Amino acid sequence: MNHLDLLTFARGSALNWALMIFAAGVVLRLFEIFGLSRKPDLARPRSDSPGSGWRTMLSRSIPPQGMLKRDPVTYIGGYVFHLGLLLAIFFFAPHIEFFRSMTGLHWPNLPTALVDASVVAAIAALGVLLAHRLNNKVKRMLSGSGDYLAWAVTLLPLLTGYMAYHHLLFEYALMLSLHIFSVELLLVLLPFTKLFHTFSVFVSRWYNGDFFGRKGVAS
Amino acid sequence: MSATLAKGINSFKEVIDTPIASYFSSCVHCGLCAEACLFYNETGDAKYTPIHKLEPLRRVWKQEYTLLGKLGKMLGLSDPVTDAELTEWEPLVYDSCTMCGRCSMVCPVGNDITYMIRKMREGMSASGHAPEDMIGATARAVNIGSPMGIKWPAVQAQIKHVQAETGIEVPVDKQGADYLVLMSSMEIINFPEYLSALSRIFKQAGVSWTLAADAFEATNSGIQIGASDLAREIVSRIVVAAERLKVKCVISPECGHAFTAIRWEGPNLMGRPFGFEVKHILEVLDGLHAAGKLKTRGKDKRPLTYHDPCQIARRGGVVAQPRRLLNEVAEDFREMPDAGVMNWCCGGGGGVSANSRAEPLRLEVFKTKKRQIEATGVHTLITACANCRIVMEEGLEHYQMKVEVLGLTELLAEYLVEGE
Amino acid sequence: MKKTQKAEVIPGSVGEGLAQRGVTRREFLKYCSSLAALLALPPSMASAMAEAISKARRQSVIWLSFQECTGCTESITRSHSPTLENLIFDLISLDYHHTLQAASGEAAEQARMQAMKDNDGKYLVIVDGSIPLGNPGYSCIAGISNHDMLVETAKGAAAIVAVGTCAAFGGLPMADPNPTGAVSVGDIIKDKPIINVPGCPPIPVVMTGVLAHFLTFGGLPEMDALGRPKSFYGDTIHDRCYRRPFYDQGKFAQSFDDEAARNGWCLFKLGCKGPVTYNACATTKWNDGTSFPIQSGHGCIGCSEPDFWDAGSFYKALSMPVSATSSMLAGAAAVGAAAGVAITWHNRSTKAAAKAAHEKVTVQDLTREVK
Ligand code: SF4
Ligand code: SF4
Ligand code: SF4
Repeated sequence: MNHLDLLTFARGSALNWALMIFAAGVVLRLFEIFGLSRKPDLARPRSDSPGSGWRTMLSRSIPPQGMLKRDPVTYIGGYVFHLGLLLAIFFFAPHIEFFRSMTGLHWPNLPTALVDASVVAAIAALGVLLAHRLNNKVKRMLSGSGDYLAWAVTLLPLLTGYMAYHHLLFEYALMLSLHIFSVELLLVLLPFTKLFHTFSVFVSRWYNGDFFGRKGVAS
Repeated sequence: MSATLAKGINSFKEVIDTPIASYFSSCVHCGLCAEACLFYNETGDAKYTPIHKLEPLRRVWKQEYTLLGKLGKMLGLSDPVTDAELTEWEPLVYDSCTMCGRCSMVCPVGNDITYMIRKMREGMSASGHAPEDMIGATARAVNIGSPMGIKWPAVQAQIKHVQAETGIEVPVDKQGADYLVLMSSMEIINFPEYLSALSRIFKQAGVSWTLAADAFEATNSGIQIGASDLAREIVSRIVVAAERLKVKCVISPECGHAFTAIRWEGPNLMGRPFGFEVKHILEVLDGLHAAGKLKTRGKDKRPLTYHDPCQIARRGGVVAQPRRLLNEVAEDFREMPDAGVMNWCCGGGGGVSANSRAEPLRLEVFKTKKRQIEATGVHTLITACANCRIVMEEGLEHYQMKVEVLGLTELLAEYLVEGE
Repeated sequence: MKKTQKAEVIPGSVGEGLAQRGVTRREFLKYCSSLAALLALPPSMASAMAEAISKARRQSVIWLSFQECTGCTESITRSHSPTLENLIFDLISLDYHHTLQAASGEAAEQARMQAMKDNDGKYLVIVDGSIPLGNPGYSCIAGISNHDMLVETAKGAAAIVAVGTCAAFGGLPMADPNPTGAVSVGDIIKDKPIINVPGCPPIPVVMTGVLAHFLTFGGLPEMDALGRPKSFYGDTIHDRCYRRPFYDQGKFAQSFDDEAARNGWCLFKLGCKGPVTYNACATTKWNDGTSFPIQSGHGCIGCSEPDFWDAGSFYKALSMPVSATSSMLAGAAAVGAAAGVAITWHNRSTKAAAKAAHEKVTVQDLTREVK
């Protein structure tokens, strides 16, 4: 199989399967979560609460008072990584073409140099976060193979994408294929690892915010 | 004598719901919850990481309620929860968690870890992994009527004492009163000032209230130990009395978890909304103050600070009220660092104060509170939970700090304008 | 270097042929300089090349056309004269080419046999078109199947040049579902050196350049993993594209011939395959260096790459899926939902069973039997 064939496979059947596993997996996992249901809260909620599930969905992205100082590496590293990843996924022109072909929606892209810089930042942040995970005793204790796997499959698309764009290591078609394969690996694993927080974070934050909000606390 | 592992696992399966499934699904193992927890912060021991305290519950969720976990279980790849493991976890779930809710405020993915600890305790108690002292307290609460073993005659004696001191009649079992007043055992034994302060304030404000002979105890050991069946039995006494006396509102005393037990868990335990309101005493006093019915004169000259009890502030939403009231009677009220919904626990909530095995750890983690108090430089500490008050008094004594602890209701009563 | 200054004409050599046609030494040197440049050789090589080519015998070439569209031949012949491309015909003796030769039928085949006999082990075979393996009758010449003719002719060849993507990689005839069972030259011939000169069609000057290289050096040029001469296929179109700065800046044409496209912005979004296509279009260009597809506003379709025909739509950006659709996703989501309903049902019965098994906890139930 030559490189263009590999690329065609990556963009074709491999992508189709990965997307289908991803879509089915995400829906399955959401069913798993919502299917368990919860009892309605019979306690009368406070009517004048400053908090709510919707509020917490967003506000939890901001560190609570004093926390930034306690673990700056996790917060700053986390921000840089998530932001870099977000920009790279959704604002790199070729990626927008992907979304357009799937959904018909498109939006303006960022200058490539900016996307490039954000990818470098995200890769660096991942490096720092891994070192922190290995050094910090709490994180080390909490971490299992799943955490390191999740780290690796998140790094790979960033790294291969960067290398493909800069024509590093392998020739472009091969590197681009590897990039697409790494994204496919990520798609397949996402629903079944902690990476599912991509979706469930909104559910958990909503419940948290709702719980506190009913009691009159903005959480 | 019939707690078994099977019953415990069965309870785990019962309590796991959508929020819990979303929490476990979302956890990214970032460890930030540890930074929020008193126990990790003071000891630096990673095992006190909040989410780690839930490990057995997480595995039951995974094995029972996820596709991958089910497959793993079928293939014999999963590692089942054992009695030995629960024994190891008992001190993590009980001795080192005050259900303060701080971790739940901090977790970046929004996990309400405290909610899960509460649920996990159901399985822990059903499998016989609750601390001995808490089992004793629960047994007394169910069998005698109060975790400290106090019976109505002891309350009567206090009523007599208060009436003699204030000259105000303390109403008992008065049909149609607006408010049913509850107390905590700690108040009955250690802080009789509460009842006398309340009598005076209510007299002045013209509030119609009553005590109930069969429902004077507000605390609920069933909630702390995590046995809903027992918690329901305990809370139902209050509900029955309130409905019998046809009160409009039940007043939860200066006690944190009692407020949670009646206000938030009560209707859910009973399986129906209440026909009466439940308010914390500070909410009632703040309401009277706003209505101009609570008049005070003069201000306390001492510099003082306020400790937010977790269940009242963070888990209860009563944050602004104590500040409004304090500013009426205190000349030099100083906030401690992290005051309000991010306040640090005294170290004795969630049944920890009733668990003598946890005492050394509790005193160890009191250092956080110590630092907070020292940062304000005051020698007078106000709070609104009798449990916090006792725990802090013990901590202050242990560290030989000269700080006096007072209940907010009591402080207000000192400056009450009476007889005008 | 006195010798090279003087035209030394060897009978039967290229030099003789050139002289007969009135090509001056000066013109020939110029030609060699441009060839040297094309082959990425140092300019100093030009005179050495001129000398070597002049002295060389006119190379016997047998051109076999199989499943093809004659585009390759059109490409090599159709150009303004006089051109470098024409000049190459002066350098070779095209002994067989059934499109170009006058002879036909038996006589034509006779010419091939003769050339093979006379130049055994030395002649060059050029192939355009792919070879059908499905049924010999799909394509045959004078009753000889393409496969048999290739095998027979290749036997005594010095080397084979597979011209065009069909001969080099199977090309369009091999496109899915490959009804004729088409294969490339390299799929059949394993024991002869093969130079692949893909392109649909290849750039004329690339074809002649490869021939010139063979004539000059008598051997094979340096090739990439796909057997393509590196001097022409060493870089991607994208690497040499004049629209590249806009790609780097993230500036893209949104539709054909829009303002952006006319201002030279990148055609990536319109499906340009330049980034994955190795060819010389962006440097040599077409039609006497006039233009090339990207310059005239159309993205590269990747014609010099194997299976380019099956690499998804020409008008889909490389980052677009080849065939994934949102309805496919919806279908997968529906499968997920069905599985989710099954899991939920199972979970609920687990939970219901746990509820049913719940024995009301009494104070006595808080302690375990001490074993
Ligand atoms: S509720 Fe409080 S004590 Fe318990 S784990 Fe969370 S932060 Fe720690
Ligand atoms: S803070 Fe939340 S996400 Fe992080 S380890 Fe704790 S529970 Fe998990
Ligand atoms: S037009 Fe094609 S080859 Fe040129 S820069 Fe854009 S993508 Fe690359």
